[in-house]
Amino acid sequence: MKDTPLSNCERDFLLKAIEEKKRLDGRQTYDYRNIKITFGTDYGCCFVDLGKTRVMAQVSCELVAPKETRPNEGILFFNIELSPMASPAFEPGRQSELSVKLNRQLERCFRNSKCIDTESLCVVSGEKVWQIRVDVHTLNHDGNLMDAASIAAITALCHFRRPDVSIQGEEITVYTPEERDPIPLSIYHMPISVSFSFFQQGTYLLVDPCEREERVMDGLLMIAMNKHREICSIQSSGGIMLLKEQVLRCSKIASVKVSEITELISKALENDKKARKAGERCGFAESMPQERITALKMDETPVEMKNVTEKAEDIVKKYEAPPQSVPSPLVPAPGVGQVGQGQQNSWGLEEEDGESEEEEEMVVEDQPKNKLDQGECCK
Amino acid sequence: MAGLELLSDQGYRLDGRKATELRKVQARMGVFAQADGSAYIEQGNTKALAVVYGPHEMRGSRSRTLHDRAVINCQYSMATFSTAERKRRPHGDKKSTEMSLHLKQTFEAAILTQLYPRSQIDIFVKILQADGGNYSVCVNAATLAVIDAGIPMRDYVCACTVGFVDETPLADLCYTEENGGVSSLALALLPRGGQIALLQMDARLHQDHLETMMEAAMIACKGVSKVLDEVVRQHLQEASALSRD
Repeated sequence: MKDTPLSNCERDFLLKAIEEKKRLDGRQTYDYRNIKITFGTDYGCCFVDLGKTRVMAQVSCELVAPKETRPNEGILFFNIELSPMASPAFEPGRQSELSVKLNRQLERCFRNSKCIDTESLCVVSGEKVWQIRVDVHTLNHDGNLMDAASIAAITALCHFRRPDVSIQGEEITVYTPEERDPIPLSIYHMPISVSFSFFQQGTYLLVDPCEREERVMDGLLMIAMNKHREICSIQSSGGIMLLKEQVLRCSKIASVKVSEITELISKALENDKKARKAGERCGFAESMPQERITALKMDETPVEMKNVTEKAEDIVKKYEAPPQSVPSPLVPAPGVGQVGQGQQNSWGLEEEDGESEEEEEMVVEDQPKNKLDQGECCK
Repeated sequence: MAGLELLSDQGYRLDGRKATELRKVQARMGVFAQADGSAYIEQGNTKALAVVYGPHEMRGSRSRTLHDRAVINCQYSMATFSTAERKRRPHGDKKSTEMSLHLKQTFEAAILTQLYPRSQIDIFVKILQADGGNYSVCVNAATLAVIDAGIPMRDYVCACTVGFVDETPLADLCYTEENGGVSSLALALLPRGGQIALLQMDARLHQDHLETMMEAAMIACKGVSKVLDEVVRQHLQEASALSRD
């Protein structure tokens, strides 16, 4: 289903508001929306709420044969599903540009930065390794799916426990969670992506764009960093031109945001660990009476309206009411009717000036000819 | 792979280049008579072929026409014989689609699309031999092809990959350097204004080194732009000499 296009006045309003440093939900330019992380009953399942954007990540593992080129490394597989549940613009099955882009960005952010020790996933070199599969499902699209997906993926990976394995000679025994406690994955660092959106050819910058802001933006810069201030991935998209200083400034902002978000994730993991130890029931069924997942409640910060200069009532008062009657039609020549004068030509062509220039040229040309004639006559 | 010194003590790389040296660039424009614009470029051992058709009427879905500018359609593909192991799926897989999107984004920023509303410009790039820096060589080839087609652009679009080893940025990486676990940054630049059309980086790099990397990449891109400029002028001279005769 095609998305409803954005109307021109909505676009102008958003851009004008951004110029005056106001955002629709009252945030500042560098503010993130509220992030909420919840875990499911199984290890490796987590929900992330970034404002109204909601994604779910699930990690699962399987014993498979390794790749031929890397016989002693485990396999990591990432997949983002843009389900039609998230937005009417997403169609099932067809791999749209956005889905390819998000998938590749997630892969580059996690795989190339080597955040997980893949060698520890090897069971029997060349024969059996663990394949860790991370599936991210988008449940509600309100902008900035990439950041939400990266937070969900890394939190789910940190939360996940794989079954314990022991090798005796040729035999491999995989223990169930009841027999032996499952082991967490060895994660070196946590890459988090931060998205910056640019407006008006790079003059204005916003962090964490919501869906409306994404529709009017010129381009997006995604920087993935970890809390040790190492950049894991940078990707610029959209047809914008950046300057080196802008990129450096964005990386500084990103490092601040990443440390905040990493704090949040560690706290959420801690709380979950404590809850599980204490034997509390956890998971989605538990969250229903507390209305944590099934309700969508947002605290909106009011937008500052103190320095608004123009008000709708003033504008309406200034301009006179449009004429009640329509001008009567003229008939300049038989067969031709004309109503009104028409408006100013807005094509940008300077017809009148061009014509006057032509007239001047013609006048100038006439004169030398006359002079020549005079000369010849004189002769 | 272990034990391969990407940068020796004397400052030489695996192929004998210094840290800031680019590979040898050889290019030809106007390789195909059929296409509106075409170019072939060799950067070291990486060989790429680019072909441009357009601007022409929108083909395929008419609904994608834009009323005020041209649509740029890019397709990136690698020949099955381009890599050490035969490629089973040359186009349509995720990596190629991503590269095509990046190319499209780069050229949308550079080509003056406002001059051709309701039309389409096709850019097809094929890698014949992949030896590192695939994206950068594609961008350079596509720039030459677009110039050959006579489509106006804001500036040359030059791209280069830069890696970081032992606190030194290495310009124009080859395949072994790229796969050696080096953090690589690919940058597409419009040299005159210093504007970055595309920035892409993988692998871990400390934030403090980002500035040096970007500087090195911009200098390397400016070097590439000089070479491309030479190629274009020479091609023009040859073409005008032929037409005079």
